[in-house]
Amino acid sequence: MSAPASNGGYDEWLDALADGEGYALVCPDGHGSLPPRRVCPECGAAALSEGPLAETGTVETYSVVHVAGPRFADDTPYVNAIVDFGPIRLTGVLRGVEPATEAVAVGDRVAVGVEERATDGEPLVVFRPATEE
Amino acid sequence: MTDARVAGVGLTHFGSHPDRTGRDLFATAALRAFEDAGVPREDVEELNYGNFMGALAEHQGHQAPLMAEAAGVNCPSTRYEEACASAGVAVREAVRTVRAGDADVALAGGMERMTNLPTDEVTEGLAIAADDLFEVRAGVTFPGAYALMATAYFDAYGGTREDLAHVAAKNHANAVPNEYAQYRKEVSVEEALEAPPVAEPLHLYDACPITDGASALVIVSEEYAAENDVDAPVAVAGTGQGTDRMALADRERLARTPAADDAADAAYADAGVGPDDVDVAEVHDCFTIAEVLALESLGFFDPGEGIAAAREGVTTADGDLPVNLSGGLKAKGHPVGATGGSQIAELTRLLRGDHPNSEHVADAEVGVAHNAGGTVASAVVHVLEVAE
Repeated sequence: MSAPASNGGYDEWLDALADGEGYALVCPDGHGSLPPRRVCPECGAAALSEGPLAETGTVETYSVVHVAGPRFADDTPYVNAIVDFGPIRLTGVLRGVEPATEAVAVGDRVAVGVEERATDGEPLVVFRPATEE
Repeated sequence: MTDARVAGVGLTHFGSHPDRTGRDLFATAALRAFEDAGVPREDVEELNYGNFMGALAEHQGHQAPLMAEAAGVNCPSTRYEEACASAGVAVREAVRTVRAGDADVALAGGMERMTNLPTDEVTEGLAIAADDLFEVRAGVTFPGAYALMATAYFDAYGGTREDLAHVAAKNHANAVPNEYAQYRKEVSVEEALEAPPVAEPLHLYDACPITDGASALVIVSEEYAAENDVDAPVAVAGTGQGTDRMALADRERLARTPAADDAADAAYADAGVGPDDVDVAEVHDCFTIAEVLALESLGFFDPGEGIAAAREGVTTADGDLPVNLSGGLKAKGHPVGATGGSQIAELTRLLRGDHPNSEHVADAEVGVAHNAGGTVASAVVHVLEVAE
């Protein structure tokens, strides 16, 4: 077998997220995007800088997935969510709640990090309920 | 610019045909399209063919020459891939080619082979229509993506699983007389509600099945039809396509499909009609919520209003605007790369009066087909009109 393929830009972004140093790319007009990018997908600006992600984001939508492909076979059922972090939204798996529609609500505050997929140990963007201050 | 006419349509049965190769499926659809058209295959000057996951399902890339051979045509042949909108874009290119005068006769359509794979591999295969880095690796499945859109819709506008169950019940009822449909059985609202969950809030009967099948259309110029005495009463009067950000998370709103808005606007402008002129529609209901989003993008309902259309009987067979009289992707089946061509084949037959459900739209003159790729990062809309 050859070495696993790498995805320049994405891999570094995921490593940074795992280290608690997640970021978004931001153009001079404030549009956010995710790497790798040469230009802003909204306006085409080439001057992209890295801006830190907020500590917590807001659940914009979610689903409870019962049927998945082979890479998530042992993860089901799981909550898939899209979370708003201001200039960008992230998609990931929400852990720390029951995998049930009534256990989650649009507007819930969550933190983001990187954990392992149950099925094969590969890295996974994971949200967890934000701890109350 | 010349008018493009649908001279003939051909479909295979949509369903489970695990022992039939893709080339055999497309050959069957093409044979039927030529029979229906009465056009000799040697007159075909271009093949535009849609397919999504043939490299995974059959270990077969470079499919267009293979399908030209299977259909018995010898002409420039190209495969189009835009996920579930693959055949829609293939048909659109055929229409544009004929209108531009670059060909008098084009063969267009598509094929997908799916049931030869185990379900988990099909699930994985379909997921590749999403962004691999930021969606698929983050747990997004094809039903899961539409479930995210459904939750967002319910949150933004209201609506319930029961509203969606009415879409399923309607489309299953429509499929009963359709000899090409995968599921020719009625499903009640109660049965839909009680089915096991796939990706909540979507359950089994909110989802289209896994399907093998092919579609083929013979598209000709108006002049060719006149000169060769070809009976082609239905014109492709308008075509439009739209594109959106690939990942759902990157869209401005999660419960709207602006790529389909753009495709519809362009197709209506091209045809010189508006949503009020439409008598019948075939829309991309890969999931029940997708039909709702399609109805709103096509301008039949304001955002937030499409959810009640099936429950209130507006879009049922005897409603004011019958939608998915074929049974839709939901019950007729969804061989991904064939679907866009199949919708136009069904609509053509509905308008010609030779579809088993034509009685419901006896006076229809304008029909619309809406074909979407992924979570509607791609959309194609066609307007069909009875020209003579």
